[in-house]
Amino acid sequence: MANADCIVIQGSNMAECHPVGYQWVTEAKARGAKVIHVDPRFTRTSAVADKHVPIRAGSDVVLLGALINYVLSNELWFKEYVLSYTNAATLVGEDFLDTEDLDGLFSGFDPETGQYDLSSWAYERKHGAEGQGGHEHGADTAARAAGHQYGSGGPPLANPQFERDMTLEHPRTVFQILKRHYARYTPEMVREACGISLEDFDYLARAVTENSGRDRTTCFAYAVGWTQHTLGAQFIRTAAILQLLLGNVGRPGGGIMALRGHASIQGSTDIPTLFNLLPGYLPMPKAEMETLQQYLDGIASPTQKGYWAAADTYTISLLKAWWGDAANEDSEWGYQYLPRINGPHGTYETVMKMLDDDVEGYFIFGQNPAVGSAHGRLQRLGMSHLKWLVVRDLSLIESATWWKDGPEIASGELKTEDIATEVFFMPAATHVEKAGSFTQTQRMLQWRHQAVRPPGDSQSELDFFYELGKRIRAKLAGSTDERDRPLLDLTWDYPLNEHGEPDPEAVLAEINGRHLTGPQAGKPLSSYTEMRADGSTAGGCWIYTGVYADGINHAADRKPQQEQGPVASEWGWVWPANRRILYNRASADPDGKPWSERKKYVWWDPEQNRWTGQDVPDFPVDRAPGASPDPDAGGAAALAGDDPFIMQSDGKGWLFAPKGMVDGPLPTHYEPQESPIANPLYRQQQNPARLTYPRPDNLSAPSAGERGSEVYPFVFTTYRLTEHHTAGGMSRWLPYLSELQPEMFCEVSPELAAERGLEPYGWATIISPRSAIEARVLVTERVKPLVVGGRTFHQIGLPYHWGVGQDAVVSGDAANDLLGVTLDPNVQIQESKAGSCDIVPGRRPRGAALLALVADYQTRAGVTPETGNQKPTSPGRASGRGTKEEN
Amino acid sequence: MNQLTESPDHVRHTGHPRKGFFTDTSICIGCKACEVACKEWNRNPHDSTDSGYELLGSSYDNTGSLGADTWRHVAFIEQDKEQIGRARESGRALVSLGMPGLGPPGQDRAGSLAGADTTPPDTPDFRWLMSSDVCKHCTNAGCLDVCPTGALFRTEHGTVVVQDDVCNGCGTCVAGCPFGVIERRSDGTAGPKTARDFTPGEQAPTRNAGVAQKCTLCYDRIVDNQTPACAQACPTTSIKYGEREDMVATAKERVAELHARGLTEARLYGANDSDGVGGTGSVFLLLDEPEVYGLPPDPRVPTADLPRMFKRAGIAAAGMLAAATAAFLAGGRA
Repeated sequence: MANADCIVIQGSNMAECHPVGYQWVTEAKARGAKVIHVDPRFTRTSAVADKHVPIRAGSDVVLLGALINYVLSNELWFKEYVLSYTNAATLVGEDFLDTEDLDGLFSGFDPETGQYDLSSWAYERKHGAEGQGGHEHGADTAARAAGHQYGSGGPPLANPQFERDMTLEHPRTVFQILKRHYARYTPEMVREACGISLEDFDYLARAVTENSGRDRTTCFAYAVGWTQHTLGAQFIRTAAILQLLLGNVGRPGGGIMALRGHASIQGSTDIPTLFNLLPGYLPMPKAEMETLQQYLDGIASPTQKGYWAAADTYTISLLKAWWGDAANEDSEWGYQYLPRINGPHGTYETVMKMLDDDVEGYFIFGQNPAVGSAHGRLQRLGMSHLKWLVVRDLSLIESATWWKDGPEIASGELKTEDIATEVFFMPAATHVEKAGSFTQTQRMLQWRHQAVRPPGDSQSELDFFYELGKRIRAKLAGSTDERDRPLLDLTWDYPLNEHGEPDPEAVLAEINGRHLTGPQAGKPLSSYTEMRADGSTAGGCWIYTGVYADGINHAADRKPQQEQGPVASEWGWVWPANRRILYNRASADPDGKPWSERKKYVWWDPEQNRWTGQDVPDFPVDRAPGASPDPDAGGAAALAGDDPFIMQSDGKGWLFAPKGMVDGPLPTHYEPQESPIANPLYRQQQNPARLTYPRPDNLSAPSAGERGSEVYPFVFTTYRLTEHHTAGGMSRWLPYLSELQPEMFCEVSPELAAERGLEPYGWATIISPRSAIEARVLVTERVKPLVVGGRTFHQIGLPYHWGVGQDAVVSGDAANDLLGVTLDPNVQIQESKAGSCDIVPGRRPRGAALLALVADYQTRAGVTPETGNQKPTSPGRASGRGTKEEN
Repeated sequence: MNQLTESPDHVRHTGHPRKGFFTDTSICIGCKACEVACKEWNRNPHDSTDSGYELLGSSYDNTGSLGADTWRHVAFIEQDKEQIGRARESGRALVSLGMPGLGPPGQDRAGSLAGADTTPPDTPDFRWLMSSDVCKHCTNAGCLDVCPTGALFRTEHGTVVVQDDVCNGCGTCVAGCPFGVIERRSDGTAGPKTARDFTPGEQAPTRNAGVAQKCTLCYDRIVDNQTPACAQACPTTSIKYGEREDMVATAKERVAELHARGLTEARLYGANDSDGVGGTGSVFLLLDEPEVYGLPPDPRVPTADLPRMFKRAGIAAAGMLAAATAAFLAGGRA
């Protein structure tokens, strides 16, 4: 980011939530970069940015789509880059119909299931190239359309022989489709939908385009302000399209920075805690994949381009790392030991299952769902249905004490003596009390050394799981039951230190992988390209291979910045292959020369016949720029010299996503699940493919144009403060942090305060269809009313750090109790950045009266489980096209 | 300037350059890491001892001011367009007066705007100022001047530090500080309850209750060539630490840079060695009048007036004496 000439921070409050990473924005600014913050509120990030652009929460696709339109209609796109490195010239099949044709739906939507059949979004194949492994049809897409089925490589695309039109004039080229799709995303539409003035839009559009091209680069930074929406993944896709058009991907100072929320959240997706992934973004097998071969066929076709074609080597090395000798050719390398999934099993589905008494036990590690997850009441009630619950944390967080002092005890919904859940609390070691690696936002692994021993019974995660595994295996020892084999055959043999705890470096070495046979047997692997599918290598996470090359813990590399080049490749280790910028082949032109001296990064050295530069080239190192190998070769061998996107099955950056996104090949603006504004672009109000959970305990507010929408007239958005850590487990127990932000508050504009009679620093009650909470009132000009669709529109800001309990130094009502559960269909994230509410002065009622207040609002608004949950918006509602807001 | 108390050369110490902070508020992100790092390192009690954990009602500031327990304090000031305009004007006035706060006359004027395009950028509608305040470690330190026990002393780094075991808690220094920095610590609760040198689960005892407390510029760290805790923790280098001379030079460059971009509201605080405290060890770059940040616009060490006061007192005493003598003589005659 320090190399950027313009930084747009949108969907993130970077200075507040990532203050340490913000040093690079400060650095870029000191070097002359322009910093623009697009956010509903004026935050500490806005305070140090060159400009703050207030936006209506949830309308980001309109703004980004308008920037795309601006770039296309003013001929500002980076022609050479777009033609060579993206799929702009590729033709899409004749069956494809856009949202412009169907008033907000793409072709292939099934109103019965609420899901898309993706087949009409496919590229047009060259005649005679109809290979195997093409698009699936019909029912099987519906069965898995919830986005739980792919690893990061997306779906296989078989042989990439597609029709292209390099003049970009064919109406079915991606380029022309893009142009038509965003034609109505104009500055005027931005003013209507986002509440952003024409001047502010012009400032932003100029800043971004004037700072892009051969000589300059713009980068975007986002966090959960983009992801936590019912079309969150599409927000990011929109930015990706814009950055590809401007040539800002794979280059220094470019890119789209995903800012991760905690120290190793990146690590927890690389080696995942997610139900649908195995390490290194390999997908979790589905129930119907009965053989290893079927599973591998589902990841990648061996004839497709790029490094996913070698997924068999990654998978078999992983299985060897887990099951050692028991993973052999006869046992399909232990494939049958892997659990299978038969649908989405995310955290919210699990909670619903708890309520249905389908879940017996629950482990909570480093998480405080009673406070930090959407719809806190549902979370706590779900836990009250469990037989047992294990909470591992630093303190007695609310998720461990809801049964005696939670909000439902106060309201009388739960009685402690009636709760049958047995709750175990296991004290956890803090980050200074254990050694290990953190993988941060830049994919960098950094080693932590243990500073002090954990006190009392506190344990590291590693020690806890090692011990748990040991005890379970001891209990199962001698079992002849087939289902116990996976546990008994696990390689569970870590060297122990003098305290009897496993050595974390040994785990890192296992993750890195090693040669098992041959002359190098026992030696650590130095690159994932050394992995083999014949059982001669083992490795726990292919993308991490190299971190322990030559037996050295490179995560602990700490050469000071002053002693090395600007890329600082000897500080920590970045996956994959210690590569700091992904797809960096794109930092050179198609001939392999840097786009400019100023933005020089990786280039082709014709004398040595190889790629070289400041970073590790993200390309086959000897593939010449002009090379055009036989596309039938498959894998990395099939990559042409101008295919920088080496993980994509056609080697190109995808402006149009023919597969992989379950809710549309192009991002389209839909309103949040709850919105007092009618979609100004289409008849379709919400994302038609969103995941809804229509239940009496998960009600949604009516949206604009529906009866009762005026009962919840305001929009609230939730966020974090620098002073606290997420649900407070690491901050509300500490006096030094608690005193800095002692009380739950809401941020409102002076106008809204006047309208509702809210006293500065007095109390207010905020009511949603799920719950009501109280908060102190911060009246501030940092929150501005926006004029949207011709009327004044108020937003309320709610930090979500506080929870109801008695153990913390500070407590308060939890903002997440207001949220409902409606999810993005691609990644199943909840919509926590926009919801409908009302606000009134004074504290909330206590006891049963609180439930009565919430029920009274529900009755007045006439909400039922069906409210807001129609997938395609009913035809009765007028199209947003050309019409004004109805109320 | 004040020869009655410390010698004018007292700050210069053979072999040790004077150390200080430069706090550049224009890049402060208000994260308060300085406040927390300071309390952690110095084992200061939290501030909510008396007030309880309640919102202070002052934007995002909930510790209020510098005091016995809070040695770094971040102020948050929300301003509208009119206030920003005024700040820009008052800064411009300073510049055109030839007084950009860049040191005494005769020194080179890094802030001269001759030739630079100072067309200010559009005045924004709103801004949120954040500024981390700290003890100024004055050249002429009022607290030190008035301390009757010698508990306050000037270190070899030119900083001013309280010796906890010498201070008798008389509180004279509290009135002696023109910035309201030093304060006596009251009894209260200290530190996180899990701190290792205390019994877990029990309230830790407050150290140094009843004696005067303030920033030591991390004396115990700088003697080991370590950076003070606040500067070490600052993620954006808003707090810089080093030799005072370098700090002042860096500060002047930064002001000149901002002025060149038309941001005339930028000005220095504490860098003028001819001000009422002889300049401060901690210098600041502010974006508005000092009062806006709760800083005195023209701080003056109270002992600066001692010579004049003594002179006047002497004249008065002489007059009294003369009058008494006259009265005596006159009386004698009668």
